[in-house]
Parts: sequence; structure tokens; C-alpha cells
Amino acid sequence: MTNTIGDIKDSDCIFIIGSNTSENHPVISTYIKRAVNNGTKLLVADPRKIKMAELSDLWIRQESGTDAALINGLMNVIIKEGLEDTKFIADRTSGYEEVKKTVEKYTPEYVEGITGIPADKIIKAAKMYGSAKAASIVYCMGITQHTSGTDNVKSLANLAMLCGNMGIAGGGVNPLRGQNNVQGACDMGGLPNVFPAYQPVVNEAAVKKVESIWNTTGLSNKVGMTATEMIPAAHDGTLKALYVIGENPLLSDPDINHAKKSLENLELLVVQDIFLTETAKTADVVFPSKCFAEKDGTFANTERRVQRVRKAVSAPGEAKTDWEITCELAQKMGYDMKYNNCEEIFNEITQVTPSYGGLSYQRIDEVGIHWPCPTAEHPGTPILHTEQFPIGKGNFFPIEHRDPAEMPDDEYPLRLTTGRLLYHYHTGTMTRKSEGLNERASEGFVEVSFEDAKKYELEDGTPVKVSSRRGEIELKVQVSEKAVNGTVFIPFHFTEAAANLLTNAELDPVSKIPEFKICAVKIKKAAA
Amino acid sequence: MGASNIITINGNKYDFENDETVLEVARRNNIDIPTLCHLKGTIPTGACRICVVEVDGARSLLASCTTPAANNMVVQTESPLVVESRKEILKFMLSSGNHNCAISNSFGENWTDFQLKVQEEDGAEELCPVWGDCELQNLAYRYQVTGDDHTATECKYPLEDVNPFIVRDFSRCILCGRCVQACNEVQVNNAIDFGYRGSDAKIIAAGDRALKDSDCVFCGECVQVCPVGALVEKDVRYNVRPWETEKVKTTCSYCGVGCQIYLHIKEDKVVKVTGADVAPNYGSLCVKGRFGYNFIDSPERLTMPLIRKDGELKEASWDEALGYVADKLGNIVKSDGPDSFGLLTSARMTNEENYIAQKFARAVVKTNNVDHCARL
Ligand code: SF4
Ligand code: SF4
Ligand code: SF4
Ligand code: FES
Repeated sequence: MTNTIGDIKDSDCIFIIGSNTSENHPVISTYIKRAVNNGTKLLVADPRKIKMAELSDLWIRQESGTDAALINGLMNVIIKEGLEDTKFIADRTSGYEEVKKTVEKYTPEYVEGITGIPADKIIKAAKMYGSAKAASIVYCMGITQHTSGTDNVKSLANLAMLCGNMGIAGGGVNPLRGQNNVQGACDMGGLPNVFPAYQPVVNEAAVKKVESIWNTTGLSNKVGMTATEMIPAAHDGTLKALYVIGENPLLSDPDINHAKKSLENLELLVVQDIFLTETAKTADVVFPSKCFAEKDGTFANTERRVQRVRKAVSAPGEAKTDWEITCELAQKMGYDMKYNNCEEIFNEITQVTPSYGGLSYQRIDEVGIHWPCPTAEHPGTPILHTEQFPIGKGNFFPIEHRDPAEMPDDEYPLRLTTGRLLYHYHTGTMTRKSEGLNERASEGFVEVSFEDAKKYELEDGTPVKVSSRRGEIELKVQVSEKAVNGTVFIPFHFTEAAANLLTNAELDPVSKIPEFKICAVKIKKAAA
Repeated sequence: MGASNIITINGNKYDFENDETVLEVARRNNIDIPTLCHLKGTIPTGACRICVVEVDGARSLLASCTTPAANNMVVQTESPLVVESRKEILKFMLSSGNHNCAISNSFGENWTDFQLKVQEEDGAEELCPVWGDCELQNLAYRYQVTGDDHTATECKYPLEDVNPFIVRDFSRCILCGRCVQACNEVQVNNAIDFGYRGSDAKIIAAGDRALKDSDCVFCGECVQVCPVGALVEKDVRYNVRPWETEKVKTTCSYCGVGCQIYLHIKEDKVVKVTGADVAPNYGSLCVKGRFGYNFIDSPERLTMPLIRKDGELKEASWDEALGYVADKLGNIVKSDGPDSFGLLTSARMTNEENYIAQKFARAVVKTNNVDHCARL
């Protein structure tokens, strides 16, 4: 997030797009709902009538996969109405003229044709966002999990810069991170193209610096493979060994059937986890690890706040902390990687990672601190880009709408979108083992609108087969007012009816994020 | 603030800000005024009147949580009149419903009968489930009162425990309304409210339904703010007593909000979770953070390394498992190069663990094939 969670209360308008906030980030949704009670305007764009849509001043319902067109449409109206922030554009940005030209053709009527949102609602939404003094954009996977995900994110940055909503309290572009430490995993260099703190692996100076701190030589300066590239590489045999720590790609990957075959092809699959997950079941070796309550360390939350994790109970059996296991493996392979405790690791992190440079366990003992925090005296940085962007001026990027990789057709006439439920988390490894949570939501379902239910002669609880070009699953129908005609929704937490047997492994060309949010499916009653 | 903003409390003078209440000024200066219905961050309702104070020139006692501080105001927080009024309120509360803590000592000689009746209703052979962790009980001690002076009134509403998380025990509800404010003003879930009138009053979910059939999302905010034993976590009720537990502050491991939580530990097990009153969540949690801790001591947890032998995963020692991987991986890297290895780290692990994981890929194997599944 460019801004903080607490900062939401200072917004005059909150624009939620592609985030089912009340189910996926419930405590952030409380900040938004309290702001709305105090008069903040709430604008929601989502293909489903989610809870936040019910609470909003205006809900606009775009067809899944048409976000960039919608955002261009909003910018078109804002410019036409003269609501843009000319001073901010002149002082802080470049590339505006080109974007202005691109969005010219995205008139409300044109955008209505693509998104299905009536033109007058597009105008109303644009005015709501454009005329607010400070407006905050909140988004999540609904924006990124598309083949056009990177474009969508850039479009949102365009919109925020257009209205001068960057670097101010109550403004910003605020991605909500799905898993608890996505931010930290990225900060720490859990990415194929960067070392910790996003220092590019192709940058010789960065390589030298890291080599000297690690007291080693010969680090690779070639960008590695992303998770979504590793699976096909395993399939074609270029990837021979895979070490999976705390992940369950066999349930979270798009097109599970393909992923399964790929992993079977490996010479060595090592899985380190707290449970025997679907992926662990296929491994050659499984290492048992400790869960969060059994270890010390830090997480970085979605607002870049680095916070402590503390050991509260003993681990079962011989389970070890993940870093201990990895270090012991390194030692067995003849590499001297040894730490007495995780505070020693953290202190090394602060040397390699400039944005963490001023942090220490002592400083974050009571309350976490927002990075960047370069020195021991630095108070941390709740709001990013208040003075300038890291690259100097903020770049506008002209973005055109592109259709999703797979559109509904005669054979597969429905759009499928996937997502999460309040009571479960990711692949359900933890939540499905918690009786209470499982009792509240015990099995997968396909959510269908009332009209579609009628059309396909389905009722609440009817067992159906949902199939795509890649696979087929059986589950029960849930007729819901959240669903909109032509689009069905399946949560992806459940192994028995894994939504990702259906989804499309087609990737965004830059972010390599799969298109989970839309593919084409058909639905029919299961044989009794 | 200026020379004109001076209030006198118990004989001492204090400055105050323009929108401060008497209670806030007192609390800021460590003067202890008891409260029950007051809930930080919400609009004061003045429902319980336990916080009354005596103000010079006022015709009656005033609720300090709703009374704005005023210049030259002279306030007594523990005058005989104040104490008498508090005692009356407490006695009345203690005599309605099942307040079977030792202090309530209700009903004189009928004490035993009363205990037996409550224990039967509760299905437990112990004193109140929040004994030792109850604001009403604390105040009863402080003001040395019992429910004896009043005729006991029975609660008309049966206990509700038909959901996995929360037990609603109306017999111990003092109708302070904190849960209503927590649900409507803090979490804004709007699931519960006051229902019925007068002596029939009850906190209800819309249409007086069970929580599980209402808009309730089981965030548990109401449980955390309830001052008495009317709202208790199902797994905690009669299983966990506060003096048996220790608390460890940590970060929720579910979503990216990173709520600060206390894990309550009994006999090396997590038995309860509460929200810590600091950023970013200031005490609030969601159902996963508050009630999703059972996985920790699930019998399905992995306890030993496993190696696949004859097609099956079999338990092995650490030495064997690590040695096996080191050899095999070493050979693969030697024959096919570092880029034939890939590492998937996890957005659920700590920073330290992610750091070590990528260092392993980069420094030990010498490849940048490292990624996590946040894209998924
Ligand atoms: S349930 Fe608890 S918080 Fe709610 S009104 Fe009753 S005593 Fe107060
Ligand atoms: S658990 Fe949360 S939603 Fe349910 S009644 Fe309590 S405060 Fe409201
Ligand atoms: S309590 Fe809920 S909102 Fe808070 S971090 Fe945990 S999962 Fe997220
Ligand atoms: S605390 Fe002031 S009236 Fe209840």
C-alpha cells in the first residue's frame, strides 16, 4: 500500500475494485465501513454483488476482465469534466498527453459496450472519484489475476495520478496483500529478478554488494524462473529439482491436472510444510516445519509495517523452524550457513536491505514500523511518495483494453470467476483443520444467479458438473443474490472440488500471474 | 487549551481539551472512575450509570462518560453519594440472573439452592465461567456489595450455543450495550441490537434469531468487549480460567492486515486468541484470526521427516532426510547446472525464513530460480 490502513479514515472517497474486502481483509473492511458511517463516499466496482457493494453509495458491475476499459472510461469523464489535478500532473508526472489521447475513445458509451456498465453510471462514478479531495483506491486479486493484470495496476496508478491522489493522506493506490507475508516475501527477495529490497539481480553493483555481505562469489546475474514458469519447466524436463517451502501449488496452481503431471516429472521434489498437503503427498522427501505460534521472527503487513512474531507454544514431534531446516541442508551441502537465532538473521537482513536498515527487534517490540526505514533514527514511512516518486516523476502509461484469454462461447457459455471465503484461507491447509471454521463453510459450491438457476433448472443444493476445456468438477449449487447473470463463482479452498481444475493457466506477460478471475465454463446437472 | 480550561477533580485542578468528557480528563490523569457501558471509540450511551460523579451545582449525579468537561467545574468521583448510587446499581445487577460468583453471595441462606440451579442450567459444576475475569465481580468487590438486598429475578431467555464459536448467556447479561456498539460502530456488521422493552429487554440479532442465522460474521468483537460472562468463546467456557494461562503477543498468520493478537496459552496449548489494542487493528479481529487456531495442535501435523521408499512416504531421521536431499540435489546441480533447481518460498513464512530460502537458492545453489506463490 502507498498509504496506511489507518489512513483510510481520512479519505473523502474510497474506490474498491477487485477486492472482496469484507471477506478477505475483514479488519480493513471495518476501517472502510466506519469511514462510510462518517460520510466518506464508497464506490465499488465488482462483477459480484459483494457485501461492500451493498454498503456502497454506488456499485458498478463490470464484466470480469474489463477493468482497464472501465478505468479508461473514468479518466475520459474526469478529463472531460475538468476534474483532473493539473498542478500535480505538471509538477510530479510525465507522459500525461499520451494517456489523454488514449482515453479519448473510451467514452462512457464505448465503455458501456465493453464492460456492460450503463454510461450514466460511469459518469456518476467518475465524478464521485474525481471530485473528492482525497480519494483512495483499494484493490486486490480481482485486478491482478488476469492476463491484463499488470495493465490494470498501471491503469489504477494513472487514475490516481490524474487526480493528484498520490502522496497525500487519505489517497493512494492500495493493493491488499492476500497472504499474511506477501509483502515480506517480496521485500526479502523471494522473487526471481531481485535480491532483498528489490535490488535487480542483473545489476552488477547489486551482485557485488550482496556477494560481499554474504562473503561469497559467483552469484547468478541472470533472472530466474517465476513459480508459474517452473511448472512448465518441470513438465519439459529443464527443471529437475524443486524445493517447495510452505506452499501447496497442487491446489493453488491454475490447471491442476497439468501441474500434477509436471511435478511427477521431477527427479527430486522436496516439500517443507506443517501438514501433508496435496503437494507434499507427491514429494520424495517431506520436512516437518513449525507453525507461526511456535517460532520467532517478523512479518511485513500490507501497509509495509514490519511486526514481530513470537513463539508461544512448543512444536509437535521433531518439527523445526523453516530457516533451521534450510540452514542445515545448506551445511550438509558444504555451505557454511549458521545462525544462533532469528534475530541474527534479521540483523543480516538490515545490512542487505536498505529499506529495513534502521529496524531492530528492539525498535519494533511494542508497535511495528513502516519501511522504508533506512537508519536507526528514521521514524519509518507511513505514506509513500509524499515528495517524489522513487524514479523522480511518476510515469503515465497509456493502456488499451484487451479481451481476457478465454471468452465465453457456445460450448462454454458462462464466465467463471474464483476467489476466497471469509471462513477459509488460501488452500485451506490451516482453516480446514479448524473445526469451527469448517463447520461454517464445509464444502465447495458454485454460486449461480437466480436467473441462471432458472435457465439451467437448478436449485439450491442441486449437484452439478462444472467443466472447462481443462477439467471438470462436481459440486453443489448455491443460488445467491451476490451472483450476476452469466457469471458463476467458485471458491478455491476445497480439494474435493478444486476450482483450479478448471481455471486457465494463461499468464499476464509481465507479472506472470495466471488468469484466475475469468475463464469459460459450462454447467450441467450431475447424474443422480 | 488555555487558562480558561480548568476543571477540579477531587480537589486537584486539571487542564482539559475542548471536546473531552469528565471521564476522559480523569482517565488521562489516572483517576479511576469505574465504567461498564462505556466503549472506547464509540459514541457514549450513558446506559449503565456506574460512572456517575457528583458535580457542584448539579441537581443530580452526572454520568462522567457523557458529561463534557467545563471550565470551573468541580467534581467528586468517590463522594458518599456517588458510592451509594454505585452500590445500588451493582446490587440490582447482581440480583438479576445467574451471577454465581462467590462475591455475589446472593440470596443468603438460599445460596446453595441458587448455585445448584445455576450449575444445572450451565451444565457445569463450577462458579461462573468468567470468575476472576469479570468487571461486575471486580466492582462488587470494590464496593463490597452482594445481590442479597433485592429479590432475585430470573432470566427468561435460554442460553444459545448453536454455533461453533460463541455462547450467549442471557442470564448473565447486564444490558450494558457494549456488544451492540462493538458490532455496529466498531466492526459495522450491524448484526445485533437491543430488542423488547422494559424487563423483557434482550440483546437480539435481527428478528431475535440465533447468531448463526443472522448477519453475524463471528468476528468476536462483542465477546472481547463484554464486561461479564454473557458472551464467552465456546471453547473457552468452563475450560480455561485466566489464572491458568499466559499471554504472548504476536502477529496473526492469516491475511495481510497483520492484526496484532494475544495467544493465550494453557499447558503449552493455544486455547484462546484476543486482539491487542495497538495498530493496525486496535483490538479488532476477524473470525479466522480469533477462532482459527485449532490447526496448531491438530493431530494431522507433521512430526517427523518423511522419505519416499518403495513408492510410500516413510518416517526417517533428520540426518537421513537431510543427507538424502543434499546428495541428490548436489548431483543434479553438478550434472544439469544450478538452473535445473527451483525453490518456491512462501508468503506465509517469516521474513527471516524467506531471506534464508532465497539465500539458499542464490548463494548455495547459485540460481535465481526462486519465487513465492503470491501470484496464485
Ligand atoms: S452481552 Fe455483554 S456486552 Fe452485551 S449487553 Fe450483555 S453484558 Fe453488555
Ligand atoms: S461476532 Fe461480530 S458480527 Fe457477530 S454479533 Fe459479535 S460483533 Fe457482531
Ligand atoms: S485477524 Fe483477520 S483481518 Fe486480522 S490479520 Fe488475521 S485474518 Fe487478517
Ligand atoms: S459507563 Fe458511563 S453510563 Fe455506563
